[in-house]
Amino acid sequence: MAANYNEAPLLEVEGLKQYFPISSTYTVKAVDDVSFKVYPGETYGLVGESGSGKSTIGRSIIRLYDPTEGKISFAGMDISGKMSKSTKDKLRMQMQMIFQDPMASLNPRKKIKDIIGEALDVNKLYNTREERDRRVEAILQKVGLAKEHADRYPHQFSGGQRQRVGIARALILNPKLVIADECISALDVSIQAQVVNLMKDIQEETGAAYLFIAHDLSMVKYISDRIGVLHLGHLLETGTTDEIFSNPIHPYTKSLLSAIPIPNPELEKNRIALNYDYKTSGLDYTKGTEHLVSGTHYVKCTDEEFARFMAGEQ
Amino acid sequence: MTEEKKREKILDIKNLDITFKTTAGDVHAIRGINIDLFQGETVAIVGESGSGKSVTMRAAMGILAKNAVVNSGEIIYRYRDNVGGIDYNPDDDANATWKEADILKQDKKWIRKHINGRRIAMVFQDPMTSLDPTMTIGKQIMEGMIWHYHIDKQDAYNRAVNLLKEVGIEDAEKRMKQYPHQLSGGMRQRVVIAIALSCNPDLLICDEPTTALDVNIQAKILELIKKVQKERDIAVIYITHDLGVVAKVADYVNVMYAGKIVEVGNINEIFYDPKHPYTWGLLSAMPDLGTDDDRLYTIPGSPPNLLHEKEGDAFAPRNAYALEIDDKLEPPMFQITETHSAATWLLDPRAPKVEMPAELKNRIERMKKEAKENGSEL
Repeated sequence: MAANYNEAPLLEVEGLKQYFPISSTYTVKAVDDVSFKVYPGETYGLVGESGSGKSTIGRSIIRLYDPTEGKISFAGMDISGKMSKSTKDKLRMQMQMIFQDPMASLNPRKKIKDIIGEALDVNKLYNTREERDRRVEAILQKVGLAKEHADRYPHQFSGGQRQRVGIARALILNPKLVIADECISALDVSIQAQVVNLMKDIQEETGAAYLFIAHDLSMVKYISDRIGVLHLGHLLETGTTDEIFSNPIHPYTKSLLSAIPIPNPELEKNRIALNYDYKTSGLDYTKGTEHLVSGTHYVKCTDEEFARFMAGEQ
Repeated sequence: MTEEKKREKILDIKNLDITFKTTAGDVHAIRGINIDLFQGETVAIVGESGSGKSVTMRAAMGILAKNAVVNSGEIIYRYRDNVGGIDYNPDDDANATWKEADILKQDKKWIRKHINGRRIAMVFQDPMTSLDPTMTIGKQIMEGMIWHYHIDKQDAYNRAVNLLKEVGIEDAEKRMKQYPHQLSGGMRQRVVIAIALSCNPDLLICDEPTTALDVNIQAKILELIKKVQKERDIAVIYITHDLGVVAKVADYVNVMYAGKIVEVGNINEIFYDPKHPYTWGLLSAMPDLGTDDDRLYTIPGSPPNLLHEKEGDAFAPRNAYALEIDDKLEPPMFQITETHSAATWLLDPRAPKVEMPAELKNRIERMKKEAKENGSEL
């Protein structure tokens, strides 16, 4: 991996809060006080169940939402408050997103070359038509498609190929950070592997950092350098992939790991996934603070809970 | 499974062959498949999207699209009858006789009256689209029972409440009055399962029942389906592309590729002794939590377009182990054991001896070892 931890972090999220007011008395706290860093060239995996706020974080970072509170800095720029035009332009060029469902995120009435080339059009990055076509072809090749594909429409592709188009669109501007929001969960297992490998190859070549948002921990393990586990808007546990998988501390992380199906029938048949229910667990996420387990491995909980987790109790 | 009990076959799909007429031409979606299913057992059908798994099950339920043409084949459904018609009363098992019907020969009306929802029920992939957003949960569960069994509303209500409790929903009475959007994804899928069970089916078809759900909820739903299957002694067919799910639930596995079954066997034969290169590929592509490899194996290429039929073995272009004959002649099913067979020329006695890839072999050895350490006798 080309992750570079000596450099300054590419993305720094500090105390991010994203609230959605529903009525005068009720506010959904989708993301509550989340902090993490992404270094240049690394892949940070954000995992959690649906409703845990992982997609919201991605959308707040790329500024599809206006964060309620907290500071986001990206490549030396503060992108959390009101942005100047030049900051905004830079952000739009250097941070890109890959979406979950390639069929829904590609315009069905546009040709592939126009879908991918749109970013070039908007930013006026070419002088001649030929130059535009050349750049589109080059990126298509990089994601494993042929240049003949440029004149086709999204419906003429299979699911895996469509997601390659989505990746090509995100990569054409050579972004520093790509937010991949559940970008493989709509695909078959065998195709998921192809897309994950492709993303890794591209990372090695271009040095882009990924924020990989997913609920499937087994794929996250393959692609991520570090992982953050989210639940109900709180970042409960964060550390390197190895730290999280070999020594999960928080009961929620443990339950997530135990739910991964193992392709080994004799083991899997009689295995029961650990049960975890926030309401009955007696934990209070809002009171938690960060506790260091070892190295870069942190758990968010109260002092008393931390002592219990470390003693191996639930 | 249970040795002392006679295995009763309840579904027998023989040589099924289906073509879809489309404006682009004929799509030969199902190319001669055979599937057996016995009472109380679980069969999984595995394959990539477009391999024909869902079409096969739609045929078994008699709900194929209008442009489907069945070229040949039979779908024999066997059922117990002790009431007359197609009804079965479990309290009077002694008087029950086994009868059979070919679903492909019955008309739509008969199928709707006797089969759909009543004897064969289906759990679909996305609970948000398979539930009616304008109807309360209670009404949706009661609907089938009232239609099929003509029971009165109060009776249906009581049964529905019990069903909700059976599928693990608390506050069942309160939930009866709620609408689908008021429930979480996992709860909705539990409701769908309750609806499927409402008419006491003997066969439950689960079409990717957990693909739309989170992993931790997936585990819970699979455990639930297993529990009700055991309690009610019903047969379950799983359609899925996830081998992790298969490992958890299945007794027998059918691996499908391009409208054909390429390998069939019991669960241990498929996972510990696979013979077909496609099955090797599928198993290798599963993320493996036990190693530190940072590359995933992938099956090169993508599934074939069935609009253009290919001579020989449909998998040959993606198969690193393809022989010359694969481009000319489709391989027949080679029998390996009583339950295990695979359609690949590699099993022909004249073929060169080819072993499965070394990585997969190591992985299977490791899986076996882990299983043995946990007390299984392999």
